[in-house]
Amino acid sequence: MPTTEITPDPGTGTGTGTGHTTGITPDIAPDSTVAGLDRLETAAGPAVPRARRVFSVLWPKISAVVLALVLWQIVVWSGWKPTYVLPPPTKVFAELRDLVVTGTFWHSVGITMRRAAIGFAIALVIGSALGAVVSQSSIVRRAFGSFITGLQTMPSIVWFPFAILLFKLTESAILFVVVLGAAPAIANGLIFGVDHVPPLLVRAGRVLGARGFTLFRSVILPAALPSYVSGLKQGWAFAWRSLMAGELLVIVGNTASLGVRLDFARTMSDAPLLLAYMIVILIVGLCVDAVFGAIDRRVRRTRGLAA
Amino acid sequence: MSLAAAPLPTRRPNGSAISIDHLSRTFTTGSTTVAAISDMDLHIAPGEFVCIVGASGCGKTTLLNIVAGLDHPTTGTVDTGAGVVSLMFQEGALFPWLSARENVELGLRLAGMKGRATRRDRAMELLRLVQLTEAADRHPHELSGGMRQRVSLARALAQDASVLLMDEPFGALDAMTRDILHDELERIWFETGVTIMFVTHNVREAARLGDRILVLASRPGRVIAEYTVDLDRPRRIESPEVSALAGEVTERLRQEVRRHADD
Repeated sequence: MPTTEITPDPGTGTGTGTGHTTGITPDIAPDSTVAGLDRLETAAGPAVPRARRVFSVLWPKISAVVLALVLWQIVVWSGWKPTYVLPPPTKVFAELRDLVVTGTFWHSVGITMRRAAIGFAIALVIGSALGAVVSQSSIVRRAFGSFITGLQTMPSIVWFPFAILLFKLTESAILFVVVLGAAPAIANGLIFGVDHVPPLLVRAGRVLGARGFTLFRSVILPAALPSYVSGLKQGWAFAWRSLMAGELLVIVGNTASLGVRLDFARTMSDAPLLLAYMIVILIVGLCVDAVFGAIDRRVRRTRGLAA
Repeated sequence: MSLAAAPLPTRRPNGSAISIDHLSRTFTTGSTTVAAISDMDLHIAPGEFVCIVGASGCGKTTLLNIVAGLDHPTTGTVDTGAGVVSLMFQEGALFPWLSARENVELGLRLAGMKGRATRRDRAMELLRLVQLTEAADRHPHELSGGMRQRVSLARALAQDASVLLMDEPFGALDAMTRDILHDELERIWFETGVTIMFVTHNVREAARLGDRILVLASRPGRVIAEYTVDLDRPRRIESPEVSALAGEVTERLRQEVRRHADD
């Protein structure tokens, strides 16, 4: 396809008009009118300093954590349970501080995170493929649409007996349930996103010549991205929950995962250690969720969907 | 075809860029059949700027879809020759996840242009044509309505179309922005020599821009009146000549609308 230099100057249009006969005087739209209007209409407000923005996001979170710790301490002080069952936060955090400097702790985090990553990756592939097929085919949707939602509402823990029958006490049994928990959420996120793509964008894509897979890849999929990312975020939550249930139920030999450590702490009636591990599990879950949250916000901000 | 020195689109035997003959389009839902367009004849010469006005139910969306190749006639023929037909929408048709430049680049890619760098250069040329070089890397939500419509225009031109269909492209803009975009569109039309079929509800706009104005009947749509605009360009939308013509066309439209009061 040949490309030719366009003359941006409105005054040089002579001789290029082809099908019409009316004369045109050169100076139709002085550039300054257009440029001036553009400036006026897109004037940005003053930028908020980064430090203040970060602070405004952080202080409610920090306050909430402090409040929770205070409540916890009050319950301990009330003497509702003896401190060897419900230790005060200071003791648990001292335990946690000792824990995070040990190599075995990080080894456990490593084992669990590896499982989470593998399980989520498999769920991502299966869920995305499933979502893509179901969203594009009305027959497949009628067959499996409600089935996917049904799977999503099913507590993943009920899959474990069957998973153990199928895979014995192995990592595969855990991964099986993690995938079953996360994949439907991911598929549903994509399906919902595709269903809510504005028809005008699809029409615009078709006018531009996109059909079939090109239309799906260039228009429908990017348009569905915000919902898809929400689905990933939800899928992660399901995966993490299923994984923790799995690590408590399916003890694989010689793998001291976070779940195993947690169960061990219970067996030893070591309440501070048990609570320390629970806090670790909470923090890991929150950190990964924050990553998805950041992606989500970025996607939305690009599209002007969030401030 | 290039933008700067556009050769005439391939001449049809009858010398039209768009030839619509005896076009009818009916839609059937259940047992009811509705005629959106009935026996429409419409011929547009290469490089001509034709404005189409009509009240609600004149089948303009159906007409544009058929000419753009998104829908098929029930009977009759639509011939747009070998050239590409492009369609520009009223608003909100830019891809919000792409910057202005990327929107145009996608248009180029879908039109089959090879080479990332080539597409980038071409997109910048097109954005220069609509005076948006500075806004190239901004996303649609960071642009004003008028700027978005200019990006849409650049994207439509990216297809190297010989026929440009415009579906109330300035309908959602304020009067001042619309005025400026009329000047811009006229300039771009002049520079590219593209054939334009411009659908609008705004009769003054039609009188400001068109070489010809076609009035469509409603339910079903067909051409009931035609005005050739012999006014020199560039016209001013507030000039007495444009107003007089707009008044005439409006009266014809009202007549058509009144006809439906007795239905």
